[in-house]
Parts: sequence; structure tokens; C-alpha cells
Amino acid sequence: MHFGLSEEQELLQQTVRGFAEGEFPPQRLREVFDAGSGHDERLWQGLAEMGIAGLVIPEPFGGAGLGILELALVCEVAGATCLPGALLEHALASLAIARAGSEAQRERWLPKLATGESIGTVAFGEHREDVGDLWRPGQWSLQESAGKLTGTKSWVPHLDRADLVIVGLQNGALAVLEPAHGKAPGCRTESQPGIDRNRPIQRFVLEGAEAELLPASEDRDIANSVLDAGLVGLAADAFGAATRLIRICVDYTQERKQFGFPIAQFQAVKHQIARMGTAIEPTRALFWYAAHALEEGSADGPRHAAMAKAQITDRALDIARDAVELHGGLGFTWECDVQMWFKRAMYDRSFLGTPQAQRERIASLAGW
Amino acid sequence: MDLRYDESYEAFRQEVRHFLQSWPLRGGDAKLAPEAQEALFRQRAIERGYVYRDIPSEYGGGGQPPDLLAESICREEFYAAGAPYASTLQGPAMLVPTLMEFGSLEQRRRFVPPTLRGELHWCQGYSEPGSGSDLASLQCSAALEGGEWVINGQKIWTSNAQDSDYLFGLFRTETDVRKHKGISYLLVPIDQPGIEVRPLKQMTGGADFNEVFFQDARTPAANLVGQRGQGWQVSRATLKHERNLIAHPNMMREHFEALLDLARNVRRAGRAAIEDPDIRQRLAEIECVVRTNETSNLRQLSATARGEELKCMLPMMMNKLYSTDASQMIMKLAYDLVGSDGMLAPREQDIANYRRGDGATAWVEQYVFSLGPAIAGGATNIQLNIIGERGYGLPRDLRPQE
Repeated sequence: MHFGLSEEQELLQQTVRGFAEGEFPPQRLREVFDAGSGHDERLWQGLAEMGIAGLVIPEPFGGAGLGILELALVCEVAGATCLPGALLEHALASLAIARAGSEAQRERWLPKLATGESIGTVAFGEHREDVGDLWRPGQWSLQESAGKLTGTKSWVPHLDRADLVIVGLQNGALAVLEPAHGKAPGCRTESQPGIDRNRPIQRFVLEGAEAELLPASEDRDIANSVLDAGLVGLAADAFGAATRLIRICVDYTQERKQFGFPIAQFQAVKHQIARMGTAIEPTRALFWYAAHALEEGSADGPRHAAMAKAQITDRALDIARDAVELHGGLGFTWECDVQMWFKRAMYDRSFLGTPQAQRERIASLAGW
Repeated sequence: MDLRYDESYEAFRQEVRHFLQSWPLRGGDAKLAPEAQEALFRQRAIERGYVYRDIPSEYGGGGQPPDLLAESICREEFYAAGAPYASTLQGPAMLVPTLMEFGSLEQRRRFVPPTLRGELHWCQGYSEPGSGSDLASLQCSAALEGGEWVINGQKIWTSNAQDSDYLFGLFRTETDVRKHKGISYLLVPIDQPGIEVRPLKQMTGGADFNEVFFQDARTPAANLVGQRGQGWQVSRATLKHERNLIAHPNMMREHFEALLDLARNVRRAGRAAIEDPDIRQRLAEIECVVRTNETSNLRQLSATARGEELKCMLPMMMNKLYSTDASQMIMKLAYDLVGSDGMLAPREQDIANYRRGDGATAWVEQYVFSLGPAIAGGATNIQLNIIGERGYGLPRDLRPQE
């Protein structure tokens, strides 16, 4: 019995963290954040060279063939270092093709995704005035007819960068679409400015756009498994962001002096930080467990993925709010770095379904 | 990650399960009173090395080499079978591990076996009226006179003192050193003229804890555990066991399952409360916390068994606070579900059976009782200081008087 990381998994995190912190000091991060493109070519290339672009892609297609836990561990580092880019979304697109694509489709797309030459993303979310936000297979309404897609997807991350998009269809199946940066016939992108400038989002309007069905995705479990991997990835990202914010607050409150003392010496401040830590630190085991259970195909995997997403992203945003408060007026400025993690936590909380939606899923999966 | 146990452990689990089929005791033993049945069963479980596993058999334990995973299997299986596992009373749960770590050979031989057999009962004397969170300021004194410690002063919040044979506790024995260094850990017989135990009625209506007054009370010099002035360090070991006891995930799981039953049984607006969207949200959020606690404990167990506990010092420090917060979330929802019956006073029979209560007032009792663990064994505000200072390296509080 071993509930913990292997040496290789620890090394993976150290390597990505070392690269991210070396290449992307806060000042550089800030430049990318302010520019709002959500992409940095040197960062993407560096990650691709380390094998991160192909992390979950099977080895025969040039990937590292690693699992959901490794993906979550990389997401944790990405959250902690506030990396821009389509890291998680690219991995989800890769998983969809690897799990549901025909041999020809896998050979066509996976090697380019593995080297990072192609960037993938996912178009899952839909909004309907009368029902609300729909993220899961079985809820989608996007129509497919003879390989042409019609309908609108909302909150599609990195759409203007993506070479291919995995689109969720009415019957719960998945299709691959190459949007040619919005120039493909029947594809239109609409501006939907996002709060997290590291992860821009757009609305994707399809009017008879050509796409290829992923044959094995007729089985709705595949789309579900990709969604669940996404939930754990977002939970891990939010965990990384929250623990980093706590570290930032620990440092700042020892530097900042009022009444002649570092403010960390006042119990109000110290206890607030201890509360932030206690809300998040034990949940590390929750997302590890969820990732492991998904990887093993355990029956309790999907429910734990929903738990990790609900609990961790909700607490992470609480922590981000506290972190702003602990920085006083400075915390409320654009200049203060805390806002980058704050907005990251907002994205992590909302993308692929809010904690509220996850909690209802936790209840129904248990048969309550 | 590999959450499966090795084959040898799985075989051990089967062996334990097989043994547990004898619980509850059947046949001729059924004539015994429940307490005697429990004692007899536990004795058999000890002899087989399932309970008090790593305490040597010469002291009445299971005599097995320390193995956290085997211990955890026993705990899980006994819990699942509803069989009596290690006692959670202060003697076996707190004093015995402390004696095994700091006690002399004599002390272990004399006190550990009868304590494990349930024949010798203990209470813990730490807090004093003026020394709660600032425990090291305690004043109750012990002076060595003619081969005996002579004790004067008062202890408070002493659970079960009325039923105890002995008290283990902290006493000021050195007067010329700074406060932490002047404290010693003594074992004191309760039944003597110099000791008076007065019950304190709790807000729940029960009276589990007491005030204990010492007036020239005596205990032999040999009942000092560890060295003179080392009591603070010795007590840290006891306290660690107390916090682990409070934070143990089985208890939280039990409360959560009972809460689910309550939500299924209570009806609101023509349907079971568990079908109400708001109640579902709260139940799901609570289960997230319960699973966080369980998985975090499993991680800590695994790391400790591998000698890697340094990797999870932060969550270890947070166990007590996390679990007392969680149990208050559980009780708050239960209290909401109870509705207007929340005005009712707990009935005697509910108080006695509060863990598995099904009546509304059992939950009222539990709701009030859930405040206790948040105070005992280091109150929440003290836990926050520990997490802030030792966990995150924040500076110590301003102390104007120092």
C-alpha cells in the first residue's frame, strides 16, 4: 500500500517547477498576463521539449504515455506558477482522440499534439437561457448531420490558438474540428473576454462546419472520462494556485509592518493564514485519490473527481479573496500579483461546471 | 500510488475477518453481562495480536512488531464488524502509549497490564482554573517529602475522575526555573483523604468531568514518569495521542452516515429531505470534507509507515482542527433537519446513546456535544497558533507581559 507519489512523479513536478520558475519569473508572467494573449511561444516550446505537451498521449504516438495523476501534478505546478497556455485543455483534447479516435485519426493528430506543433482545446460548454449552463454529455444540444456541425459552444479556451477543437455533440459523442483560426467554412468565433487573461475564452458558433466524429465516443463514457480528467486537472491547478497564494501571504505579512510589528505577529492575521492553509492543505490527498481512481478506472473515480473539483476550487477562491484582503489596498491594485492567481482561481472554479453543479452530481451519483 | 495491500496483508485481513465472526460472542458466553463479554472478547483479540498490537505481551499487549498497516487493517475490520477495538478511555489510549515511551520498566510492569485489561481506570489532570490554553503556567504543586510527593492545588475539566483509580497529570515540582521546565509528570492514586473529586455539570446536562482538589495528597516518589522537570515533553506525547483520538476518521464517517439516514427519514414539503436541492448541496459539501479527512489520513498513514512523515507535517498539524470543524458542519445540518424539535431538551436515554441516536433529541445532544472536542486537547484558537507558527513559520504572538 502506498498512498503517495513515486520518485518519478516527484521529479516530474520538480522539473516542471524548475523550468517554470526559471523561465517565468513574476515579471515575465506579468508581461504575458497584461498582454492577454494567453500564450507564450517560448514557454510552450520549453514545455513541449520536456514532454509536457504529450504527457497523456500514448508512447507509440510520440507521447510520454503518463496518466491522470501525472497530468494533475503538472496542473498543480501550472497553478502554482500561474502558467499561461492551453496546458490542461490540450491534454483533454489529446485524451479524447487517444481514447475515442480511429487508428487513422490517432495517427493523424496525436504525433503533432505530442510535439506541441498542434495545439488542441475542448468546446464543451453550452448556455441555454431556460436551463442554464451545460457541460456534460447528455446535456449538450449541438447538432451533427453528415459530418457537419451546427450550434454554439460557449467558454471555449484558447480557441484562436487552437489547431484542433474537440466538440461535444447532442448524443454525447465527440467530434474533431480544425477551425483554421476561425477561417474554416461554417466556423465563427465571437468575442467573450475572459477574466483570466492567461486563459482567454471565446464563443464558437458553428453553422454547418465540417468535423470528423471520433467513432468510439458513441459510448458516452469516453466523453465523461475526458470531462472527469478535466475536473481533477482544474482541482489540482486551483490547489497549486491556493498554496502559492498562501506562501505569498506568509512572506508579505512578515515584511509588512504596522504598529511597529510585522502584521503576521497579530493573531487576526496569523489565524486567517492558518485557516486558509487548513482549508486547502488536506485536500491534496483528495485530488491525488481522485486522479488515481480515474486512472485505475475505479467505480468511485467520477464521484471523487466531482468532489475534488467542488471542494478544492471553491476553497481556492475563498483563499484568493483572503489573500487580496491580507495585502490591504495594495491587494486591490492591478499592480499586485495576487490578482493573477485570484483570476486563475475564478477560471478553475467555473470551467467545466461550478462547485454547485458538481455537488448535485455527487448527490445523484450516490443515488441520494 | 497503489492502494492495494500486499498479499500477506490481504491474508492477514482475511484472518482478522474470520476471527471477527466470533463477535458478538455466542454460546455459553451469552450468559455474561455485556461489559464482561466485551472484556473477554478484547482479551482474545489481544492474545491474537489484533488489539494493542505492538505493546509487548509481557505488558498485556499483542506482542507484535510495530506495523502501522497491520494496525490499520485491524482497526478497519473491527470497525466494520462493530466489534470493540482498543479502548478510547484515557488510560489505554493516552497513558499507556506515554508509559511505553517514557515510563520506567517498573511503571510499565505495574500499570500497563491492568490498564489494558480494563481493571485500572485513569483520568488526566492537566488543566487548572487559571491554566487552560496557557497550560505551562500551571500552579498545582508537588514537593518531595520523605519518599513521597506531597501535592497541593486544583485540577479542572478532569473527565471520568469520579470513576478513576489514578490520575496522570502535570505538577509544578521545581520553583527556580522557567515555567515549562519546572513541571513533572506524576501518577497519583485518587482514593485517598487528600483528594476530593467534585463533578461539574456540563451544558449538555451530563457530568463527565470534574474538579479535583488536592490537599496534602500523596503519591510515592517512584510514580514520577520521566525525569523531574521533564513533564512538559512527556505530556506532549499524551497530547499527540489525544488529538489523534479526536481526529480519527472512523468517528466522522459514523456521524456522516447517521446524518444521511436522518436526511432520508426526515420529510420536507412532501418529500424526503435528501431530495431537497439545498440539503443535497450541503450533504455533498460535507462528504467532500469527510473524504478529504479520510484520504488525508490515509496519506499520513502511508507516509508514516514508510518513514516519510516529514512529507506531510502540515496536514498532520491540521487534523484536529479539520475534523472538529467537519463534525460541527455535520451537526449543524443535523440540527437544521431536526427542525423545531431543536427546542427539546435531550432525553436521558438519548444522552446515553448519543452516538447512534435515532430520535430528534439525540441529535440535539450531539449538536451541543460537538463543541466539546473543539475545546478539549488544545482549543481551536491554539490549533490556529500552532499551524501558523510551526506549520507556516510565522512569528510568535506579541506577548506584552514578557
